[in-house]
Amino acid sequence: MAPVLEMQGIAKTFGPVRALRGVSLTVHPGEVHALMGENGAGKSTLMKILSGAYVPDPGGEVRVNGQPMPFGNPKTSKDFGIAVIYQELSLAPNLTVAENVFLGNERASRGVVDRRAMREETEPLLRQLGVSFSPTTQVGSLSLGERQLVEIARALSTNARIIVMDEPTTSLSSRETEKLFEVIARMKADGIAVIYISHRMEEIYRLSDRCSVLRDGSYVGTLDRDELSAAKLVAMMVGRDLSSFYKKDHVPHDAPRDIVMTVEGMSDGRLVSDCSLTVHRGEVLGIAGLVGSGRTELARLIYGADARTSGRVTMLGQDVTPKTPREALDAGIVYLTEDRKGLGLFLDMSISDNVSMCVLERDAKSGLRDFGRAAERAARSLKGLAIKAPNAAITVGALSGGNQQKVLLARLLELEPKVIILDEPTRGVDVGAKSEIYRLIDDLAKRGMAVVMISSELPEIVGVADRVLVMREGRIAGEVRAPVEQEAIMALSVGPVAA
Amino acid sequence: MQNAERVRTLIRAAGMLPVLILLAIGFELLTGRFLSVNNLSIVTQQASINIVLAAGMTFVILTGGIDLSVGSILATAAMGAVIASLWPGMGWLGVPIGLLIGLAFGIVNGLMVAYLGLPPFIVTLGALTAVRGVARLLGEDTTVFNADLPFAVIGNGTVFGIPILAIIALAVILASWFILRRTVLGTWIYAVGGNQEAARLTGIKVSLVLLFVYSMSGLMAGLGGVMSAARLYAANGLQLGQAYELDAIAAVILGGTSFVGGVGSIWGTLIGGLIIAVLSNGLILTGVSDIWQFIIKGLVIIAAVALDRYRLSGGART
Repeated sequence: MAPVLEMQGIAKTFGPVRALRGVSLTVHPGEVHALMGENGAGKSTLMKILSGAYVPDPGGEVRVNGQPMPFGNPKTSKDFGIAVIYQELSLAPNLTVAENVFLGNERASRGVVDRRAMREETEPLLRQLGVSFSPTTQVGSLSLGERQLVEIARALSTNARIIVMDEPTTSLSSRETEKLFEVIARMKADGIAVIYISHRMEEIYRLSDRCSVLRDGSYVGTLDRDELSAAKLVAMMVGRDLSSFYKKDHVPHDAPRDIVMTVEGMSDGRLVSDCSLTVHRGEVLGIAGLVGSGRTELARLIYGADARTSGRVTMLGQDVTPKTPREALDAGIVYLTEDRKGLGLFLDMSISDNVSMCVLERDAKSGLRDFGRAAERAARSLKGLAIKAPNAAITVGALSGGNQQKVLLARLLELEPKVIILDEPTRGVDVGAKSEIYRLIDDLAKRGMAVVMISSELPEIVGVADRVLVMREGRIAGEVRAPVEQEAIMALSVGPVAA
Repeated sequence: MQNAERVRTLIRAAGMLPVLILLAIGFELLTGRFLSVNNLSIVTQQASINIVLAAGMTFVILTGGIDLSVGSILATAAMGAVIASLWPGMGWLGVPIGLLIGLAFGIVNGLMVAYLGLPPFIVTLGALTAVRGVARLLGEDTTVFNADLPFAVIGNGTVFGIPILAIIALAVILASWFILRRTVLGTWIYAVGGNQEAARLTGIKVSLVLLFVYSMSGLMAGLGGVMSAARLYAANGLQLGQAYELDAIAAVILGGTSFVGGVGSIWGTLIGGLIIAVLSNGLILTGVSDIWQFIIKGLVIIAAVALDRYRLSGGART
C-alpha cells in the first residue's frame, strides 16, 4: 500500500540546540504507528513540524499521499489532512462540544454562526465515537478523557487522515483509556493513520502496528509488531542496556528512634480527613491510591501549602506544623510538585536561578546575590543529576520534561532537606530519566534522607518503596509492608467489595 | 556562561535602541537642530520625569501587575512639596515630604494588592481617581506657587552642563538595575512575575515582594512630583501629571518588558523613555501640530512594539 505520509531528512535547530537531525518516517493508511523516545529525543518537535507549528531547516521534505506539503502553516497542514492532539488540550471549557469541534472552522451563513448546522454535524461524529455526551454539553463539565474524545471529534470533522496523539492517556482513568483504544481501533478500520506517542510499553504492545524510535534527535529504527520487545525498545531509546531498572540498595531504618517526621490527624475539611503517618531516616515511604484519593492534597497540607482544619507535624520530636511552605522549608521538609510547569519552575529564568531559588537568602551577603555560589550550585547539579543542557545560563523553558524535572529536584536537594516529598516524580518523564530518578531516590535514602513518594504507577512504587501507605477517599486505608506487592496495594485502593 | 547571559540581555535591551537612533537621525535631517547640545539637554530634561516613573512601573509590570495611579500620586506629591516649601525657614522639607507622600500612597496600593489580594488594575484605577482628588484638596483646587523655591536647583540646575533632572533619572535607572540584577529581592521579583504560585511554594515571600514593587512605584511617583515641582516652581492638583501613567507604561512596554511579567530589563525602559521624549521633542521641532503629535506618537509606539515582537519571534523559542 502506498504510504500516506513520508517525512524525509527533517532537521531542526534551535539556536545552539540541534533538536532533529535528518529524521525520516513513513506511515501507512490504517496503521497505528508508535513513536517512542526519551523526552528531548525530538518527538514533539517532529510532530510540530508536521502540524505546521515549526519550519524545519532547509533540505527536508514531507509528502502526504505523494504530494509535497509546504511547511510552517497550520492551515496547510490541516488541509493536507493532518490533525494533532496535544498533551495540553486546547479546548475552550466555556463553550459547548459542538462549538469546540468547529472552533476556528465555524459553520456560518453570511457571517452569522449557524449553531444548528454545527450541532447536526457534530451528532454523527459523536455517535461514531460512541460517547455519552451531546453536542450541546458544556466542555467544562466533561472529564479529561471525554475532552480528549472531543478533540478527536474535531480532528475527524476536518476529515483528517493522519491523527497524531501525544501521550493521550497520561491523565485518563483506565476506563477512559479503554474507550480511547476502541476509538483508535475504529479510526484504524476507517483507514486513518494514527501516530501514537507514548512512554507506556503496554500501550505500545497493544496498539501499534509498527514502532519508530528517536534518540537525541536522530532516527534509530522501526520495529514491526512481531519484533517488539521491551528490552529491544529500551535499548534503542537509551542506547544502552538497562539491566536494573529499579534500584533498591539502601537499607531502611525502622526503629522508633529513627523516626524523622510524624504527621498526626491531618485534615482539610474537604479532601483529606484524619491522616497520620511516620517516616524514618533512610526510608522510602510510598503513598499509593487512586487519582483523587487525596494524596497530593495530603502532601500539600504537610508542606503548609494549603490551609488545615486540624493536624500536627513533628520533626524529631519538635512540633513544626508549617503554616506556609516557607516554614516547612525551614523545618527541613521539601515538596516536589506533580505539576512542574504550573507550580514548580520559572520557565523564563535560567537553570542557575531555578536551582538556587530556595537558597538565595542563605547564600546572599546583606541582600546581595552571590552569583559565584549560584554558578557552583548549578554546575554541581548539572553534573550530579546528569541534566542535559549546554550551560546553566539557558532558560529552563528550553529543556525537555525529564531535564526540567531534574532541575526542580536539584533545587530541593540544594536545601539539604531531612524529608523530601516527591509527588509523581516520574510523570511525563522518559524511561532513561526515570531510571536515573529511581537511582537518585535510592541514593538519597542511603544518605539518610526520609523520602515520601506519591505515585500512581504500581510497578514503580513496588520497585522503589520500602513500605506503602494506601489512601482512599481522603483517608489512609492501610499500610503494606515488605514484601510490597501490587495486589495488596490495589485491594486497599479500591476498598472492600460491597456484598 | 555569565557572559552568554549578559550578551542575551543586552540584545534584548538593545531591541529598541536602533529605533531610538533612527528617530534621532531622522529628526536631525528634518530640522537640522535636533542633535544640538542645547536641544539634547532639553530632551533629557523632558525625558527624566517619565523615566523615573517608568523605572518604578518596570518593577510593578515585572511582577505581572500595573500601576495606573502614578500620575495622580505625582500631582499630590508635587502639591505637598510646594506647600511645604512655603514654610518659613524649613522650605527644603518639601523634598522629603514629596517623597513620603509618594511612598505612602505606594504602600497603600501595595497593601491592598499583596494582603487583600485585590487585582492591581482595580486598586490602582481607584487610586488614580481618589488620589487625584487628594491632590486637588491639598491646594483647595488652586495652583500653588513658590517663586523662591528652596530646592529649585533640582529642576533647573546643571552639573558640568548636564541637567540635574537627567542625573537623577540616570541614578534611578542604575539603582533599579542594581536591585533587579544584584539583589535577592530582584530575583524574587522576576520569579513572582514568572510564576506566582511556584514562587509561593518555593518559600518566596510573595506578599512582601508585591508590597515592595508598589511602594517603589509610589516612591518614584513622589520623586517625580518633587522633580516636577522643582522645575515649575508650582503645582496644580487638577492638571499636573494627567495621563503620565500612560507614558510610563508605554516606556516600559517599548523597552521590551513583558506585560504578563517575569521578563524585561530596566535598560529597555530607559530606551523606551528616551524614544517617547525624542518623539515629543522632535515633532515639536518639525512644527507638527499638537493634534498630529498625538496620532503619530501613538502609532509609533504600536509600530515599534510590533516590530519588536516580529524580531523576537524569529529567534529560538521552544
